[in-house]
Amino acid sequence: MTVSIQLEVNGKPVQATVEPRRLLVHFLREDLGLTGANIGCETSLCGACTVLVDGDAVKSCTMLAAQADGASVTTIEGLARNGDLHPLQEGFWEKHGLQCGYCTPGMILSANYLLAQNPSPSDEEIREGLKGNICRCTGYHNIVEAVKYAAERMS
Amino acid sequence: MYPAQFDYRRAGSVDEALGLLQEHEDAKLMAGGHSLIPMMKLRLAQPPVVIDIGRLDELKGIAEAGGSVRVGSLTTHADIAASDVLAAHCPVLAEAAGHIGDAQVRNRGTIGGNIAHADPGSDIPPVLVLLGASVHLQSPSGTRSVAAGDFFQDLLMTDVGEDEILTHVDVPALGAGTGSAYLKFEHPASGYAVVGAAASVTVQNGRCTAAGLVVGGVGAVPTAVDVSSLVGTDLSDDAIAAAASGLDAEDPIGDIFASGDYRVHVGKVYGKRALAAARDRA
Ligand SMILES: Cc1cc2nc3c(=O)[nH]c(=O)nc-3n(C[C@H](O)[C@H](O)[C@H](O)COP(=O)(O)OP(=O)(O)OC[C@H]3O[C@@H](n4cnc5c(N)ncnc54)[C@H](O)[C@@H]3O)c2cc1C
Ligand code: FES
Ligand code: FES
Repeated sequence: MTVSIQLEVNGKPVQATVEPRRLLVHFLREDLGLTGANIGCETSLCGACTVLVDGDAVKSCTMLAAQADGASVTTIEGLARNGDLHPLQEGFWEKHGLQCGYCTPGMILSANYLLAQNPSPSDEEIREGLKGNICRCTGYHNIVEAVKYAAERMS
Repeated sequence: MYPAQFDYRRAGSVDEALGLLQEHEDAKLMAGGHSLIPMMKLRLAQPPVVIDIGRLDELKGIAEAGGSVRVGSLTTHADIAASDVLAAHCPVLAEAAGHIGDAQVRNRGTIGGNIAHADPGSDIPPVLVLLGASVHLQSPSGTRSVAAGDFFQDLLMTDVGEDEILTHVDVPALGAGTGSAYLKFEHPASGYAVVGAAASVTVQNGRCTAAGLVVGGVGAVPTAVDVSSLVGTDLSDDAIAAAASGLDAEDPIGDIFASGDYRVHVGKVYGKRALAAARDRA
């Protein structure tokens, strides 16, 4: 069986036919070539695959592509505008919020969701908001700094 | 890692979903998919047909009426945690939902899926039992409701019949002078509760007139603790500790992370803290 889906990805309409078991993360990476959403744990724990679905941060390894029919999906590839980095991307650069970078797309999309809910979060609220995203490199300190940097630029 | 093949059906109404359930043997309903998809990826579940009910707006939302709050089964943990209605009438439910997993899990997971799955580490079941909530179910032959205390039957087993959909829960509003709290000892990796304690106390003129404590993660289903000894007291720390130490699970569950005895011990400690927090909010 296949399912036809129509959705918007990074502002562009997409139409596709997928197997029901196609996970959103595989659809984005393999069918659309958007490899920004990484696959880390595959068990819903690490957050590397986080994307926005209708504005909500979601782990795309725990959602079927079929469930995203009709939705608007944003991946890390959709954040920069006309070549200008999003303030969060700039923040991770300026504040050294990444080392290997594997967790970074997911971190940035979770942080994006957090700032949409709470434009000026405390350190504690940033850590709580990013609880579903694991980083094995940075120790998180500079990630918190990066999010604060972006919060200031975006306010 | 991906699930075994299955057929996907999306229901446009509760009636259509009930029809699809009748039509397809061994079909599984899918709400947020945050218990079902992980199980399917691990091949612990291999339903031939998945019926997606995630878009049934008729099952979403939170509304107060006649002294209780109705929460639709498809309401997400995020919406429950942020609800002003629940903050005013049943804050302990919002508090527990806010402790579930992480932001991404709360954006997809629903209260109906949470209690239908009935993981012993879930945060919602002990709260619903504490509050005396009722769970409402619909089947082709009609609707019925069951008390939360009877709904949970065993590990991952509930009173939901094969032909039934959970439509909503009704949660009695907490009265004036009542404080409540949910405290959780969290598994550091999964975020699930190892042990979670839900407590409420009602205070009038400095004396306790009613108290309740229900602990999750100790038994296969939420364990109610008899804390009636608190009624009439001034809720001193000693009285609370004595009441919480009454937690008793005949056959506590244990796993590689926490043995049964350890869970009972932590349950007493968290029960005591939850009662004290409820007292301080009353
Ligand atoms: C990483 C991670 C961490 C988590 N941490 C926690 C935690 O800390 N605390 C906690 O409580 N939970 C936690 N959860 C579980 C989460 O709350 C789930 O969302 C929830 O248990 C299931 O809800 P769902 O809507 O996703 O249900 P689904 O996965 O869609 O369904 C689960 C089961 O319920 C059935 N079902 C769903 N809806 C209905 C309905 N309306 N009527 C009848 N049957 C129905 C399905 O058929 C299925 O068997 C976590 C999950 C993940 C992935
Ligand atoms: S790959 Fe999705 S949470 Fe780890
Ligand atoms: S930068 Fe390497 S995992 Fe976060």
